[in-house]
Amino acid sequence: MKPFARIILFLCAVMMLTATVDLPDWADPGSPASTHLSPGFIEQGYHETATPNVVTAVLADYRSYDTLFESVVVFAASLVVMLVLRRTSTGTSRIKHFRPKREGRDTILRGAAQSIIPVMQIFALYVLFHGHYSPGGGFQGGVIFGASFILLSLCYSLKFAMQRFKEKMVLICCACGALLYAGIGAVCLAMGWNFLGYAGLAGLLGVTDVMARSHGILAVEAGVGITVMAVMVSLYYDLASGGDMEEGL
Amino acid sequence: MTWDANLLWQFDMLILLMMVICAVAALSLKGLVSSAVVTGAYSFFTCLMWTHMMAVDVAFTEAAVGAAVSTVIIVATAQYINPWSKD
Repeated sequence: MKPFARIILFLCAVMMLTATVDLPDWADPGSPASTHLSPGFIEQGYHETATPNVVTAVLADYRSYDTLFESVVVFAASLVVMLVLRRTSTGTSRIKHFRPKREGRDTILRGAAQSIIPVMQIFALYVLFHGHYSPGGGFQGGVIFGASFILLSLCYSLKFAMQRFKEKMVLICCACGALLYAGIGAVCLAMGWNFLGYAGLAGLLGVTDVMARSHGILAVEAGVGITVMAVMVSLYYDLASGGDMEEGL
Repeated sequence: MTWDANLLWQFDMLILLMMVICAVAALSLKGLVSSAVVTGAYSFFTCLMWTHMMAVDVAFTEAAVGAAVSTVIIVATAQYINPWSKD
């Protein structure tokens, strides 16, 4: 079977490399994407959304549906992992694992974790709320915030992390983030604009249409951040403990 | 800002070389945890490549998701695989 697999692999590689020739050059100004869409976003983006980072403006405003359903997909992934792995009964049918035994209290590791986790969380919030001006945004900020809980769980224990961030709370956060995003869209719809047309928030917030779009981007980024943070923690809880939430890595 | 793509082609080649080395090492290493760590290193070089292509947002995502969280998740999954099995 092995030579057969290699032939298939080789053929796939040849086909992909052949297809690569037809792609436009890197940063080619004459490629279709650069001639029609990009100039509009780059020239109009700041005047329409008051967001200097054009990537954030495209991600959370012009292509907001994509981002909404991305966060829903992430949410669904965490639900599926939980459906497959989570068990309430413990002891009888545990998945066999091969993790090394933990012995003693690793003081240096815990001290390092203790000093780095607050910095990570502040940095995550900075990345989230500074996404208008610098690289970053809800997704990255959420992942960094979730990673701080994963680090806590790795350096102390799964139980210790679960006392700080309970499983129920994780699930509520998962759902609330996606709900916040969709809720913003629904509010815009109720104000007589399109779904996720943030200019509809202008009347509620008492600002101009342009500023309303900027604030709308911030709100949905916060929603994405909450969902992604909770999903990362939920995935780790389920995968590290094999679903019984007794003992992690 | 202007950016000459040919300015740092040696840097590009170095990253490409390191990515290929990481990819081959991840497949050929015996230990599962070492494979996972090398996968993280591969993600890190991908992240450097994105930075070199001026796609800083993508690089940031790659650094946060690829190099950090997915490595942890791969290690968390690898603990259920028998390290002494023949396959």
